[in-house]
Amino acid sequence: MKIPYFPGCSLKTYASSFEKSAIASGAELGIEFVEIPRWNCCGVVSSLTSDDLMHHLAPVRNMIRVLEMQNDKIVDTDNKMLTLCSMCMNTLKRSNLKMQEHADELETINDFMYKEDQKYDGSVQVMHYLEILKEYGFAKIAEKVKVSLKGLKVAPYYGCMLIRPKEVGIDDAEEPTIFEDFLKALGAEPVDWRSKKTCCGSYLTVNKENIVVKLTGKILEDARRNGADLIITSCPLCAFNLDSRQELLQIRNPNFEPIPVLYFSQLLAIALGLDINKFGFENNKVDGMPLLKNKILNK
Amino acid sequence: MAVEQKMVTVYIMGEPQLVPEGSTIIMAWEYAGFQLKKGLGCREGFCGACATVYREKGDYKLKGGLACQTVVSEGMSLVQIPYVPAERPRYNLAELKPDINTFKELFPTIFRCVACNTCSKACPQDIKVMDYIQQLKRGDIAAAASTSFDCIRCGLCALRCPADIVQFNAATLAQRLYGKYLAKPSPELADRLQEIADGKYDAEIEELNNMGHDDLVKKYYSREMKIR
Repeated sequence: MKIPYFPGCSLKTYASSFEKSAIASGAELGIEFVEIPRWNCCGVVSSLTSDDLMHHLAPVRNMIRVLEMQNDKIVDTDNKMLTLCSMCMNTLKRSNLKMQEHADELETINDFMYKEDQKYDGSVQVMHYLEILKEYGFAKIAEKVKVSLKGLKVAPYYGCMLIRPKEVGIDDAEEPTIFEDFLKALGAEPVDWRSKKTCCGSYLTVNKENIVVKLTGKILEDARRNGADLIITSCPLCAFNLDSRQELLQIRNPNFEPIPVLYFSQLLAIALGLDINKFGFENNKVDGMPLLKNKILNK
Repeated sequence: MAVEQKMVTVYIMGEPQLVPEGSTIIMAWEYAGFQLKKGLGCREGFCGACATVYREKGDYKLKGGLACQTVVSEGMSLVQIPYVPAERPRYNLAELKPDINTFKELFPTIFRCVACNTCSKACPQDIKVMDYIQQLKRGDIAAAASTSFDCIRCGLCALRCPADIVQFNAATLAQRLYGKYLAKPSPELADRLQEIADGKYDAEIEELNNMGHDDLVKKYYSREMKIR
């Protein structure tokens, strides 16, 4: 399967380990990520003002690129668009929904983008990699596991963008299980914990880092209390807040015990038996390698 | 039999002027008696000094172009822009790193791009301006340097941008960073510099310096261009 892939800016900078591990694991499963030519910023944070169409140009333009890829036959999927970053997925899906529900707004946007040869028609289906994996079949993935993650206790962190609002969420907004199903397929033990949907502080990390440190401190503590070895996420911003902010937590509390925060695709790549050195742990601030080597790889 | 020159009416800063059909905007200004001291350069579409905005009769859109390359039409409204007062941060290239943080510091406005594409619509060089701003937003300086390569710094992108981004100056920085830090070193360049130092081309330069205007023009237009 050749699928149009929308990276987003974080995946090309501080979250490159997410991209590398996702592409490598996809290739192993026969899912070829074809990067969208001329992709632009997803739009970051869907504008909620009803008449603010300007902020929907960026997401819609990306969907036009997907249609162009289909016209050029460089992908073989039917209207699908693959995303990794939870924030990008959320922004793209919400704009897409707005276009699908409001033909007049779509027309205004198409009129403004008169320089584009391809008009947008609302036909693209924005999907998260987890949804693609679910469609592929977690049972089928379980069969392909070469290195079982048995004995690894993982706290799945959903955050907000993956499941809310429910119109665009990839799973139940209150009781999601997609991460748990994914982890079980790899042989890992999902930890049931109450902080899996608790806010990480999001953009406050830019100018109010104290609030973020306080929030993530509680989340990390809860993961530890429930016996988690590590946390997984699919959002580069959550990962930044949960992972990079542990440095400050350690300074403030000498008894704080760091906990690795990985992208779910990194675990997938390990389970599929791929070379751990090839899909980058360089972005992870809290080193997860000793734990993984100890619990999984050297067993 | 004398051929009758058809004339068209254009509006120069609101005043109707009768000018020959087929004139460029610059020719129309001069035919109408104006002497342009600013907003005019090479007259060949290379220097970017004569970038301007205009409107065609019956169209609500404000269009951009080079006044030396754009042909007037009946009822066109014209103005000439002498200078684009766009922000140009000062920096020392040797102290910069070729990464996204350099752009965050020197051109923070690029992160306000909403992909409206107004810059690309305005570009007289048909550069995908919005595309290279997007490439810079994700730190792909090499791609941005390549996409913006044909930029002549006319400034129309910055004049039209609703987010006040100074695209053309960001492009200059991308190209400089690429040239200094990212481009593959060229062995041919070192060889050529050595040849120049050895005086291999001194005689040819001397010949050009001593050539009269007409001979120089003739030589320029009959030159051989090697396009790889």
